[in-house]
Amino acid sequence: MNPKISVKNLHLHYGDFHALKGVSIEIRPCRVTAIIGPSGCGKSTFLRCLNRMNDTIEGVKTEGLITIDGEEILHTGADLIRLRKKVGMVFQRPNPFPLSIFENVAFGPKLHGVSGPKKGGRAPSLEEIVEKSLRAVNLWDELKDLLKDSALRLSLEQQQRLCIARLLAVNPEVLLMDEPCSALDPVATLRIEELIHEMKKDYTIVIVTHNMQQAARISGETAYFYLGELIEFGRTDRIFTSPEKKETEDYITGRFG
Amino acid sequence: MDFVGLPVPYTMKPRRISEFLIESAIFLAGTISILFVVLIFIFLAKEGFALFRTVSLWDFLAGKDWYPISYPPRFGALPLILGSVWVTLGAILISVPIGVACAVYIAEVAPHWLREILKASVEFLAAIPSIVLGFIGLVTLVPLVQSLFNISTGLTALAGSLMLGFMAMPTIVSIMEDALTAVPRSYREGALALGATHWQAIWRVVMPAASSGVIAAVMLGIGRVIGETMAVMMITGNAARIPTTLLQPVRTMTATIAAEMGEAVQGSPHYASLFAIGIVLFVITFIINLTADFFLHREK
Ligand SMILES: Nc1ncnc2c1ncn2[C@@H]1O[C@H](COP(=O)(O)OP(=O)(O)O)[C@@H](O)[C@H]1O
Ligand SMILES: [Mg+2]
Repeated sequence: MNPKISVKNLHLHYGDFHALKGVSIEIRPCRVTAIIGPSGCGKSTFLRCLNRMNDTIEGVKTEGLITIDGEEILHTGADLIRLRKKVGMVFQRPNPFPLSIFENVAFGPKLHGVSGPKKGGRAPSLEEIVEKSLRAVNLWDELKDLLKDSALRLSLEQQQRLCIARLLAVNPEVLLMDEPCSALDPVATLRIEELIHEMKKDYTIVIVTHNMQQAARISGETAYFYLGELIEFGRTDRIFTSPEKKETEDYITGRFG
Repeated sequence: MDFVGLPVPYTMKPRRISEFLIESAIFLAGTISILFVVLIFIFLAKEGFALFRTVSLWDFLAGKDWYPISYPPRFGALPLILGSVWVTLGAILISVPIGVACAVYIAEVAPHWLREILKASVEFLAAIPSIVLGFIGLVTLVPLVQSLFNISTGLTALAGSLMLGFMAMPTIVSIMEDALTAVPRSYREGALALGATHWQAIWRVVMPAASSGVIAAVMLGIGRVIGETMAVMMITGNAARIPTTLLQPVRTMTATIAAEMGEAVQGSPHYASLFAIGIVLFVITFIINLTADFFLHREK
């Protein structure tokens, strides 16, 4: 199977600081790939390369090759808007906009024009997209009568679900999640994990987590990063039962990290 | 914090006393400032309301003629109120769009080094005394307005509006810039990550998120404009007529008080009428500040 995302020899500098050192990895479509490693090892930095969010930080230099569906994304002429529509991102702290729930979900479709699978020969309406997206994250029943309320009133879990719904509304293919559960309690975490499990049949998901049980529970492949390098990458069950590298084993068995 | 082992009264006592003194001093300072506001208002009311023994409130607010020293005197303040309103509206139309654009540029677009220079320049602008600006306006703006519109005098509401718009800009820009900078980075990132362009992120997320501060900035800018005296007195022509266009001379409430207070006989209806104008100004500014406050502290 062709990889959805292919990264070759990726280097990234923050000014003088060498944050990613020659990362190469192939991410398969419709799978959950977990990125684990101690804090500060470059997990977020790597993730933010995949939708070029690092472009918003001054003094960042990226080298190497990243292709998504065979299309190179790092060259200067790349269409960032199309890229970010296709590769959505969920952040560590839920960051709904200070707008109504409806406006949060409708934000993307309003930017890019309403699109999506035709229904009875016509494009779906904004309301239909919002409903579909909220249903996909299991928020519709709770919130369908509160769509005009401010999104900031929701619980953290609801906010994070809303942020995922906001992405789904622009029909992405890849979802990047940077420790999406770190602000949530254990019960909410499990429910978000269930959601990720449901979504993986339709989306390629790359998730950063500092929680190894979580990686083991939800991912098909796991990548272990250490000090800006990709140390080991493979099937999650193998990484967690018989890692090839000593460093991986040390991290997984909790000897450091 | 407990200091285990030491007898509590012994360790607490000196601190208690100094704490008490500091708290009392702060309380006193706060009370005094409130007291002054109340006293000022009472004084204003006492002097101003004396006018209404001579003229009815309605004739004062809606009267079209301001002839305070003719016989019989006429105390119709409408031309003055409208003079202030016109000049202020003109100033807002000029300063708000430019101020907003300027604040957005400084907060969101300008590179770091330029941002610091621009912020410092804006603060410098705010520090120029209004009489100096008025003087510069008199020798530059007034002739410009006159030749541009080919009218007999450039001493017009428009010149005043331009001048005041310029004076309100630093207030608007610096408060709004603070409001925009305070918008969390995560909102911008969220918008960009959804494929928004830089401008879309600013207009659709950052501006709405900062809306309280944006509105407060505008209100405080208006407050600055409506209370300004010297500069407007120098360049608006000071004719107490109801203006129909911005190209006519007008006289504002502030300019009237400043110009006539020296010659009004203490205790006369003329004297009282100037205080009554003061009350009108006070009420207007009070409402503006209250509105600004409301937006600043509005719960999101
Ligand atoms: N904006 C930045 N400027 C400079 N250094 C940064 C920046 N962001 C992250 N770093 C550094 O890059 C390294 C990797 O950071 P990050 O990718 O956030 O790690 P992780 O997500 O694995 O905890 C860290 O050492 C961090 O200090
Ligand atoms: Mg991180």
